[in-house]
Amino acid sequence: MTPLLRETASQTAGPYVHIGLAPEAAGFDIFDRNFGNVLTTSETQGERITIEGRVFDGSGTPLRDVLLELWQANAQGRYAHPGDRQAAKALDPAFRGWGRACSDFETGAWSFDTIKPGRVAGRHGVPMAPHVNLWIVARGINIGLHTRMYFDDEAQANAADPVLNLVEWEVRRKTLVGRREQSNGKTVYRFDIHLQGDAETVFFDV
Amino acid sequence: MLDELSTRIPPARPDDEYLMRDPASHPPAYAPGYKTSALRSPRNALISIGQTLSEVTAPLFRADELGALDGDLIRNYAKTGLPIGERVIVHGTVRDQLGRPVRNALVEVWQANASGRYRHKKDQYLGALDPNFGGCGRVLTDEHGHYVFRTIKPGPYPWRNRINDWRPAHIHFAISGSGWAQRLISQMYFEGDPLIATCPIIRTIPDEDQIRGLIAQLDMAATVPLDSRAYRWDIVLRGQRATWFENVLQANEGEAR
Repeated sequence: MTPLLRETASQTAGPYVHIGLAPEAAGFDIFDRNFGNVLTTSETQGERITIEGRVFDGSGTPLRDVLLELWQANAQGRYAHPGDRQAAKALDPAFRGWGRACSDFETGAWSFDTIKPGRVAGRHGVPMAPHVNLWIVARGINIGLHTRMYFDDEAQANAADPVLNLVEWEVRRKTLVGRREQSNGKTVYRFDIHLQGDAETVFFDV
Repeated sequence: MLDELSTRIPPARPDDEYLMRDPASHPPAYAPGYKTSALRSPRNALISIGQTLSEVTAPLFRADELGALDGDLIRNYAKTGLPIGERVIVHGTVRDQLGRPVRNALVEVWQANASGRYRHKKDQYLGALDPNFGGCGRVLTDEHGHYVFRTIKPGPYPWRNRINDWRPAHIHFAISGSGWAQRLISQMYFEGDPLIATCPIIRTIPDEDQIRGLIAQLDMAATVPLDSRAYRWDIVLRGQRATWFENVLQANEGEAR
């Protein structure tokens, strides 16, 4: 058999992940440019939305030391990456589609300011419903968890989404759908993540 | 050796899928010896999905997003002088499982200072803060997949798990490669540290070879005489496999291959 190297083993991000990935949150200023939770500029095309939520442990307590990263397509449904060759959809020079957010040290709340993504071609050309990809790391999480957030105002697209339909249990699909709300004039999608328990979020092996 | 084979392996294309992750290479979500994992580990099986553009793409980073001193932890927070502790260079390559260099990968590191204290408002350890040491840095890999940064060797420190658990000296790494599926966080340890043998976080990894893979080796060839010792730690990310026959990922919109 052709030899393969083994992937380096994962280890927890630990309690102080903010030092490395979000030093401002850890309480000090070191880099000129920080990667944060605002994905848009005034030039970015698309509907402004905020995605917010909390991550809960198996006791129902919010994690106050979690870090999330978000990766998404632009408003037309194209990723800013050379692997995405959906030529009919334009790239948006004002949108990378990536950000990271820390939970509040007191409340556990986190948020991203972004735009609602368009539909991306799925495998064999079957379109996927609009979604954002989330990656979750923290103390006590031994390997980063992958999930997706879909949008509850896209019921028809969600019903046909090839990834949602891989989740055999309809009741569990609901854990992947953010709930649209209006809050202080902003469009907010609320998306709580449960690491364990009756409402355990679906996590993906990608 | 994959190094020698790598010239016969076709270069990865940006929408090639990633090899399936081998769970035996990693700690399980729930590892009883690391108590915090008890309530933070999913109980259901992960749902395996065929990769899509969402998993094979990832953010790309540019050198101009990083500062000139971001990879020099000895100088990037120095206020009144140099930080205290052992000066070390840490370097290595980031490759994929087929031995191909991962170019332009973002490597972010964070660590405690020489006394085992983190510059973090939640760290209350007795070990003193060093006014000249921040404890974080970031670099991009070069065209050979090589990374290098310079720092102070971190100290071990106690933590609340069992009554008397100590973390061996370690540096945290977050690596962002070519695809979202490659995203990885790990920790690098130092050759010869006796605390490695009993660390509950290291022991979450069930495989001794995989544990050895996290231990940086003293690298005298890269040591700077009268200045800094060097440690080498090579990182392997998931490999991309060539999709020879059809473009499954974006079949109706990409051009034919």
